[in-house]
Amino acid sequence: MATALSLTHLGSLMRGVRSVDEVGADERAASLAKRSIKKSSKLWALDLAVRCMDLTTLEGADTPGKVAAMCAKAVRPKPGDRTIPSVAAVCVYPLRIADCVEHLRGSSVRIASVATAFPSGQSFTSIKVAETEEAVREGAQEIDMVIDRGAFLSGDYQRVYDEIVAVKEASGDAHLKVILETGELGNYDAVRRASILAMAAGADFIKTSTGKVQPAATLPVALVMMEAIRDFVRETGRPVGFKAAGGIRTAKQAISYLVVTYETLGPDWMTPDRLRLGASTLLNDVLMQIDKERTGAYQSGDYFTVD
Amino acid sequence: MAITKKQTAELAKQVFEYAPAPEAIDHIKIQPRYGLFIGGRMVDAHGKKRFPTINPATEKTLSEVAEADGVDVDRAVKAAGKAFDSWSHLSASRRARYLFRISRLIQERSRELAVVETMDGGKPIKESRDVDIPLSAAHFFYYAGWADKLEWAFPNRKPRPIGVAGQVIPWNFPLLMLAWKIAPALAAGNTVVLKPAETTPLSAMVFAEICMQAELPPGVVNIVTGAGNTGFLVVSHPHVKKVAFTGSTEVGKLIQRAIAGTGKRLTLELGGKAANIVFEDAPLDQAVEGIVNGIYFNQGHVCCAGSRLLVQESIAEPLLEKLKRRLSTLRLGDPLDKNTDIGAINSRAQLEKIQGLVESGVEEGAELYQPECVLPERGFWFPPSLFTNVSQSYRIAREEIFGPVLSVLTFRTPNEAVEKANNTPYGLSAGVWTDKGSRILWMAERLRAGVVWANTFNRFDPTSPFGGYKESGFGREGGVHGLLPYVELT
Repeated sequence: MATALSLTHLGSLMRGVRSVDEVGADERAASLAKRSIKKSSKLWALDLAVRCMDLTTLEGADTPGKVAAMCAKAVRPKPGDRTIPSVAAVCVYPLRIADCVEHLRGSSVRIASVATAFPSGQSFTSIKVAETEEAVREGAQEIDMVIDRGAFLSGDYQRVYDEIVAVKEASGDAHLKVILETGELGNYDAVRRASILAMAAGADFIKTSTGKVQPAATLPVALVMMEAIRDFVRETGRPVGFKAAGGIRTAKQAISYLVVTYETLGPDWMTPDRLRLGASTLLNDVLMQIDKERTGAYQSGDYFTVD
Repeated sequence: MAITKKQTAELAKQVFEYAPAPEAIDHIKIQPRYGLFIGGRMVDAHGKKRFPTINPATEKTLSEVAEADGVDVDRAVKAAGKAFDSWSHLSASRRARYLFRISRLIQERSRELAVVETMDGGKPIKESRDVDIPLSAAHFFYYAGWADKLEWAFPNRKPRPIGVAGQVIPWNFPLLMLAWKIAPALAAGNTVVLKPAETTPLSAMVFAEICMQAELPPGVVNIVTGAGNTGFLVVSHPHVKKVAFTGSTEVGKLIQRAIAGTGKRLTLELGGKAANIVFEDAPLDQAVEGIVNGIYFNQGHVCCAGSRLLVQESIAEPLLEKLKRRLSTLRLGDPLDKNTDIGAINSRAQLEKIQGLVESGVEEGAELYQPECVLPERGFWFPPSLFTNVSQSYRIAREEIFGPVLSVLTFRTPNEAVEKANNTPYGLSAGVWTDKGSRILWMAERLRAGVVWANTFNRFDPTSPFGGYKESGFGREGGVHGLLPYVELT
């Protein structure tokens, strides 16, 4: 795919990407958000939400202790209840990878690291590549990179494309998630264009946001990105995953994302290999809702560990 | 071989099966039998005949309804005539107050009305809940606002009410059509005798309760139930000064003939065979949603349904692939389930009509596509269907099917699209999908349709006039235009 899109034609190709009608996309997302997911289907969805979760901490104040606590929570979200699965991954800054390696040994939880001058992406490609390589060496199994929005918005698609290709190469065996930071792209046409560009450049996942910019993930943006994935798979046969991140705090929101995924991409995407929900505070609400479905009563927040 | 509990649990893990999410019905009180609403109260009918109204999703009888005869209709028209004297002289702001009150009561009883509408008519609860009932309330709210501003609606003219309006409405949007008819009539100072469709009289019966709750003066609204004959008695009654009908073109023509030369005023909102036109630069995924909403909304029981898809040949293949995929995600079943997209066909007669037309399409050589779809055993159901290889001359491209059946045709140029879109005896609505604003305007100028939707479909608002060209009828409902049929201008 990378060679197919080289290189002088990339700009015109990008401008030829089919448009999105904003009103229609918003309406469709709103109608899917009204799906009523109850009882057995709700339990199934909540369980999947845990399995697809990237438990995240991305603060300047992150310490080894904070990360250790989060890792423990990631492996065993509810101590004493083995029916609750581990989350898919933890997501941290590069300097905290080593802490994760130490605390996740022997578990199924994967280590994701942000890289490429997260969250702004305003740095040199050489630095971004070096950061990625170092993160992978340190033990990151997944790389969450940001695209250069400055280049994208100024129409320099080539630069964005080349950088993703370079970071993909630097990632080696690690899975590459490409963050579009849709809140900075301005409209759904650009979201769709950036999605196609990232997938063409080799992204394993496309991801909505860093969580540092408002608006972060929204349901219509997720829908638009998934429709781009659907078209890309149809053209190339290569499945690409989707990750929503930023602002997903409640179990109800998480279920809406699962519904949109299910009705847009189908059952094959209902797996952590192709779907992730990045969140820092979502997990406890999901656990609380699982308890509520099982017992019929809400437990106090004191019964859920704060990592 | 029996499946163990564990295996069932494993199976459930593989697919995202939405568990049933039925709307509660225990708060609904449907009477075992209903009389007629005449002179401000429910009265026994003079005619002894009754007919059952059933739930088309279960074929169970919900209630027995009176069939009004000539004596009943005469009583209703006389009650309306008597009420007209005082209602038309009531201060306009007082009239507005009653309409506002009705609007509020519809909102207050919206859950009940939505469930009754869905049980009696078969439409999905999400549609009655999110479309029919809120729009009905909005219509009363909107026309309540006009009641004391009629002189501003018609500058330099003096608007006066006409008298008793006889109104006959269809079964596809029972309460909404009632609102479209009653709200402007009352706002302008008229009184009404309304006949709901025989398969869907129940929401009108709840509306009768609302009129009483609102303490609307007796006789301002009268509701008589029955079939075609009752409707005929209403429109042809000599004291009815204004007739409004929504329904089939066939019946519309009968009505027009019946009242010819009587001096009655008439508006007709009849059938349609709308073209939904998709150009190659359209936002495809949203166009697919618009096509689905255009023809499968309310099982296609929509006079302005986008039943002919005209797609530019260069994108026909990817569009059809997307559309077929989307059809397979439509959820058909219990209309009361909040996740149901396609409910029951309104009646056995309508189902047979749809089946007959679909058979004709297959016989004439069109290619039928239906997604895999399990139809419930009881009740009236038809899967979402689309025909490709359709020619303009096929019956499925010319006749109104009034069911979830889409005919797909292709075109090459905008001129050809206009020509094909207009090549129908109907002219109610049309849709245009393109990213090019100038083309939308170019098309809208040339399409002979009362409504042209651009990059959307089946969108309604009380402020917007609605009505047809040619065999789709005449007169407008909604907006300031919707007042015109109910006033005498001097």
